[in-house]
Amino acid sequence: MANDTAKPKTLFEKIWDNHLVEVQQDGTCLIYIDRHLVHEVTSPQAFEGLRTAKRAVRHADMTLAVADHNVPTTDRSKGIENEESRIQIEALESNIKDFGVPYFGMDDIRQGVVHIVGPEQGFTLPGMTIVCGDSHTATHGAFGSLAFGIGTSEVEHVLATQTLLQSPPRTMRVNVTGALPAGVTAKDLVLALIGQIGTAGGTGCVIEYAGEAIRALSMEGRMTVCNMSIEAGARAGLIAPDQKTFDYIMGRPMAPKAGAWEQAVAYWKTLPSDDGATYDEEVTLDASALVPQVTWGTSPENVLPITATVPDPASAATDAQKAAWTRSLEYMDLKPGTPLDGVKIDRVFIGSCTNGRIEDLRAAAAVAKGRKVAAGVGAMVVPGSGLVKEQAEEEGLDRIFIEAGFEWREPGCSMCLAMNADRLEPGERCASTSNRNFEGRQGRGGRTHLVGPEMAAAAAVTGTLTDVRKLMG
Amino acid sequence: MEKFTTLTGVAAPLSIKNIDTDMIIPKQFLKTIKRSGLGKHLFDEMRYNDDGSEREDFVLNKPAYRKASILVGGENFGCGSSREHAPWAILDFGIRCVIAPSFADIFYNNCFKNGILPIRLPREDVDKLMADAERGANATVTIDLDKQQITGPDGGVIAFDIDPFRKHCLMNGLDDIGLTLEKAAKIDAFEEKRKLTQPWL
Ligand code: SF4
Repeated sequence: MANDTAKPKTLFEKIWDNHLVEVQQDGTCLIYIDRHLVHEVTSPQAFEGLRTAKRAVRHADMTLAVADHNVPTTDRSKGIENEESRIQIEALESNIKDFGVPYFGMDDIRQGVVHIVGPEQGFTLPGMTIVCGDSHTATHGAFGSLAFGIGTSEVEHVLATQTLLQSPPRTMRVNVTGALPAGVTAKDLVLALIGQIGTAGGTGCVIEYAGEAIRALSMEGRMTVCNMSIEAGARAGLIAPDQKTFDYIMGRPMAPKAGAWEQAVAYWKTLPSDDGATYDEEVTLDASALVPQVTWGTSPENVLPITATVPDPASAATDAQKAAWTRSLEYMDLKPGTPLDGVKIDRVFIGSCTNGRIEDLRAAAAVAKGRKVAAGVGAMVVPGSGLVKEQAEEEGLDRIFIEAGFEWREPGCSMCLAMNADRLEPGERCASTSNRNFEGRQGRGGRTHLVGPEMAAAAAVTGTLTDVRKLMG
Repeated sequence: MEKFTTLTGVAAPLSIKNIDTDMIIPKQFLKTIKRSGLGKHLFDEMRYNDDGSEREDFVLNKPAYRKASILVGGENFGCGSSREHAPWAILDFGIRCVIAPSFADIFYNNCFKNGILPIRLPREDVDKLMADAERGANATVTIDLDKQQITGPDGGVIAFDIDPFRKHCLMNGLDDIGLTLEKAAKIDAFEEKRKLTQPWL
């Protein structure tokens, strides 16, 4: 292995060094890729490229395909109405057949959002390199694996060679000290971080999240944090594996079994950063000072505590920022000085690879229980996978949501990006547990406020953005 | 991939921070299974009215910029999703070079894979080029990749940095996959070693 010296290493450096196939003279690295997730939107042109060049998939067994972005979240027995969506899924289905790639189809209980499916199956393991033609691949970093999003040309490169050309990223450690107060979640933590460092704060970096607040998070919470690394501009997010990680993985269908398990765990235990390892940048965040967060603009960095008021562009630090804020507020139809708590909403979306796991649904259900969705509000719960849905139904969460007036849907990306039929109408305002509040993200002219699952449920039952702590007993 | 050596053309100014990939190409156009034909949907929501007619005030709809081959943008250009549809749409419109103070990583990478040159410059230089671009069709800009120089309409020269390997690939129109497949023996050797050290994979 290259670069092996006595120098203390970070978690990132250990994984990187362990995957170097070659370092070119100019420093560009050819790194080996252990796992490749594929979905229908970013793969058709890659398979087409292989076909044209008469190339095969090098390791179909290290690849897993799933349809998630375009799938309907209503009854699927009738197929997909939208022709283009249908064609895209049919293209994936014929590609996986031609190239022999394992696939979870629309009727498979294991189908779901690609970043929920990987960890759920034990496809995602510590110390790996994982890629997918999708920026939220960073989610898998919660397991201490180096996971990042790639473009379609790179998807093709990985399919053909099981490697990727990369220039080494920089490293950043985010130390989250203290404990999260009651009613404040992993989503609030990562939103607050993005507010602090900005959407370009982590550009070129792999972020390692450390500190007691991170260790205290469940695996689901860690996935929520790593998921939004990309919104902080980072290439990937990482959290050192620990006993919680091992407990989560053990027994999953694709996890190592028997003797191999012991061997794997012994290796995984060597992964955490060494004492004295250094990072290019360090950031500290005090978890104990956080309150629930909500975005007010059209960039994830436009985020504030729910107790705050809409900011005034006149107070922006630079002209560029002033212009951006003005544009955002116009799009969001918000006036400076308006308290965020109390802004009327039309829709609620609970789901996505950020907050579509069982723990998220439990948290939202705890707020929804015994309450009713406010008049005039359309609220939707979209489990992250068929297995999440099944478990939620076993626990009776579906009944809680349905009795409260939420719609209970089939798994998929849904209104996170509105490629299927689930979308906002122009001017509609939505409290959403997803990760992007860009203009038009959830439907042309739609207005998105990013929040955690409890806050989304609170917005549904009150009809306004609401500090969920007021609803907690 | 088409080679990139020099380029002379009109630069379109788009002075917006955080231009995200949803703005560059909204999701309804991600349903294609082809790489081509996305140029007419580039910046769709800013470029067209709800009824499909063009918005006169959008830069690429102005007569001076309809044939722009260079785009000058704001900070954190291309943030958001990994969709390569964004550079495909830019290329299909006819733009081969994007200049900005900073880029999001995946977008930056994706540009090179499609023969587009993304140039990162200090703010003052971008401001200067933005002002040049505002002058419209008579203000052409020349990019010389080999010399790593941008020549403005008034003859002023701005130097830029670029990773040598990426420059080499762009100038020669090289296909990464072909290059990597030449290293098959090294990949095989890596896999053999991996089987011994991490058999659970
Ligand atoms: S849930 Fe949203 S962010 Fe996650 S993969 Fe699907 S579209 Fe992307």
